[in-house]
Amino acid sequence: MSDRIEKRIELKAPVSRVWRALTDYREFGEWFLVKLEGPFVPGQITRGRITYPGYEHVKWEALVEKMEPERLFSFTWAHPKSLDKAHYSEDYSGLPTTLVEFRLEKTAGGTLLRLTESGFDKFPADQREEFSRRNDGGWTEQMKNIERYVTKNP
Amino acid sequence: MLIAKLCGGRASSISQLTVGSRLTRQAITKHLRVLESAGLVRSVRAGRESLFRFDPEAIRETRDYLQFISEQWDEALARLKAFVED
Repeated sequence: MSDRIEKRIELKAPVSRVWRALTDYREFGEWFLVKLEGPFVPGQITRGRITYPGYEHVKWEALVEKMEPERLFSFTWAHPKSLDKAHYSEDYSGLPTTLVEFRLEKTAGGTLLRLTESGFDKFPADQREEFSRRNDGGWTEQMKNIERYVTKNP
Repeated sequence: MLIAKLCGGRASSISQLTVGSRLTRQAITKHLRVLESAGLVRSVRAGRESLFRFDPEAIRETRDYLQFISEQWDEALARLKAFVED
């Protein structure tokens, strides 16, 4: 059973452009779909609110770890037990956290971005119940529908 | 190894799990408690002993949660790609 998620994506943009998109809090918000209150600073907490349709009630909060210019940007954040409006709580104290790391590498085509999110082994069983595929409502389908809608109606 | 024994499907007591194992009863008990706190193993008292059973739901739930988070990242990174490549 894996305790981490790993992603690789090739971006046709210079490393400096990708770095800015990741670490400038306004640019980050544009693609992540969150409105952040202020800049990312190592050792400090950045807060905001999700702008993804249907999830505007969700608080975004992360403790910035490392910012090694154009190489590594990392932060830790908590996973709320539920994102569903009826059960969502803004109190993230005591919740398990994961580490998100963005690593950038210059390539011939632009930038290789590697994302790792780790620490899922710390999660208790009932944390995960809501996200089980057995749930009616089909979370993944809902998200896909919203994504399609947002793409068609920017 | 412990999970493999428990995967047999039947609930087992610590005594039964100790049979044929190099581990001491104490080590097995400690291991079971860790698995129990992670939600992978469930226990039920039967007389003087507890019986331990593997819970496949927890594995499925973790996999589904990871799957959910993984899909969220796929979508977010696709938006990042569109954002920087425009």
